[in-house]
Amino acid sequence: MVLLAVEDLTVTLDTVQGPGRAVRDLSFELAKGETLGIVGESGCGKSMTALAIMGLLPENARTDGRVLFDGRDLLKLSEGELCTIRGNRIGMVFQEPMTSLNPVHPIGRQVAEALVIHRGMSRGAAKREAIALLDRVGIPLAAQRFDHHPHQLSGGQRQRVMIAMALSCGPDLLIADEPTTALDVTIQKQILDLLQGLIDDLGMGLILISHDLGVIAQSVDDIIIMYGGAAIERGGAATIFQELSHPYTQGLFGAVPRLGQRRPDGQPVRLSSISGTVPELNDLPDGCTFADRCELVSDECRAAAPPLVEISAGHAAACVHLRKARERWQL
Amino acid sequence: MRVLNSESSFLARGLRHRSFVVGGALSLILTGVAVLSLFWTPYDPIKINIRGRLASPSFEHWLGTDHFGRDILSIIMAGAQNSITVGVVAVSIGMLLGVALGLWASARRGWTEEILMRLSDFMFAFPAILLAIMLVATMGPGAINAIVAIGIFAVPIFARLTRGAANAIWAREFVLAAQAAGKGRFRITLEHVLPNITSVLVVQATIQFAIAILAEAALSYLGIGSQPPTPSWGRMLSEAQTMIFLNPWLAVYPGVAIALSVLGLNLLGDGLRDIIDPRLARQR
Repeated sequence: MVLLAVEDLTVTLDTVQGPGRAVRDLSFELAKGETLGIVGESGCGKSMTALAIMGLLPENARTDGRVLFDGRDLLKLSEGELCTIRGNRIGMVFQEPMTSLNPVHPIGRQVAEALVIHRGMSRGAAKREAIALLDRVGIPLAAQRFDHHPHQLSGGQRQRVMIAMALSCGPDLLIADEPTTALDVTIQKQILDLLQGLIDDLGMGLILISHDLGVIAQSVDDIIIMYGGAAIERGGAATIFQELSHPYTQGLFGAVPRLGQRRPDGQPVRLSSISGTVPELNDLPDGCTFADRCELVSDECRAAAPPLVEISAGHAAACVHLRKARERWQL
Repeated sequence: MRVLNSESSFLARGLRHRSFVVGGALSLILTGVAVLSLFWTPYDPIKINIRGRLASPSFEHWLGTDHFGRDILSIIMAGAQNSITVGVVAVSIGMLLGVALGLWASARRGWTEEILMRLSDFMFAFPAILLAIMLVATMGPGAINAIVAIGIFAVPIFARLTRGAANAIWAREFVLAAQAAGKGRFRITLEHVLPNITSVLVVQATIQFAIAILAEAALSYLGIGSQPPTPSWGRMLSEAQTMIFLNPWLAVYPGVAIALSVLGLNLLGDGLRDIIDPRLARQR
């Protein structure tokens, strides 16, 4: 059953330089128990997508399209109705565990609060439940940690607390926006494993947002790759990593450093990069947004934005030179 | 591990801070004298003794007597009560209204914020004393009206300060996280914004307290503050003015009392700001 259906979501930001389209005609579906990764570099619209689903966009943002959650369009709900969904049916984990907890309150209280608000629990019951949650996310000595303040915890522990907060009411959907970016690699692995275990146990849907292909690769079923606010390639995680089809995806993949990688002649491989920078949102080119940075660019690319073309079942990419790109990668 | 004992070292940091110590001591003396005068003063501060008027300092009257023969020390002590009452009440009025308005502006943003802030700009355009005189002129002279007038003058100051500090908190990530947890704006304001700006407000309250004491003295000096026979430092000054050549000390005592109180509270405020401000604290 479809839990979340995003249909032609467009987010427009009114900036001093004019309207900028942060997300353009994005569509995807997610069922309970499914995991979706959204990948892209900074400013590609991945966080804006998450905030649009939560109804937490900045004030200068306008939205078009629909975000159907359990059949209800979240974009049309009032603030009051959204408050009954946020934290209750949809949980969110943020990028910076250092700043996402209120420094003046003990962590346990911050976890327990959602239970009091959404489930109407008494303070005592909420405290017991919060301690159980802290224990569930792997905080040692949870009962004693309950009264600790955020500054007394390490970054990884704080992110665990954030996850406990997001999970407190047993949401159907969890949105994790760069949950591991601020953590070092060993902690990253632990947090991802924790998320994975929770998804398996609780059967909720997960949207994992990251710029890190490594994080995404090991954690999700499906992937959407975004560039300039639009999805440019999508498909199953295994398929995408085997058959990188869009020139941008290939570029992203090529830009991941790998230790000890050698060319056939024994020379170390030079780390490739994607030249140029992300286009300004209020000054997007007419055609393919990646055209200015693409090695395969032609006049056709700049004429009109290419639609997503299905390559195989569930795998699609938006590129005029799809065949050329795929052949290039297979060589 | 320094961060772990930050609460316990608050006092230790305070004791090393010179202006905090001096300001704190002066403020404590002010409060102590006011409390003491509730139970005991050397003489009744309003009892007139014409025969012993304008006495020089002596063993019976440490600071001498005024033109009605009242014991100066007793009046000064009782005057501290008046100053503290004015400070507490006026700052409370200003803080309650100002902080509420500032939080409201910050939570609603948009037009609400714009209108509230332009209104407070409008109030700022009037000099404080002029504003107080205007209010007292319409409501009639008296201690209560003077206090209300001083309190109202403090409202825009607190409103602006609160709104600025609150806006900074609203932009913090934990507020976004709280919103994502399904908390409404009212709840976030009370649970997340207000606790994070209290330190700023406490510092401002101390300084505003000093301003209130000064303003009350000024209004009483002008004869529109507390009315006789309630002892008031401001009125002592204005009464002493006529006798400045006869007995200049009469003007010096209340002047020194006001100056020391205001100085003490200002130093306390400065010290508190240094000690509370986490950025400065971490550098130590």
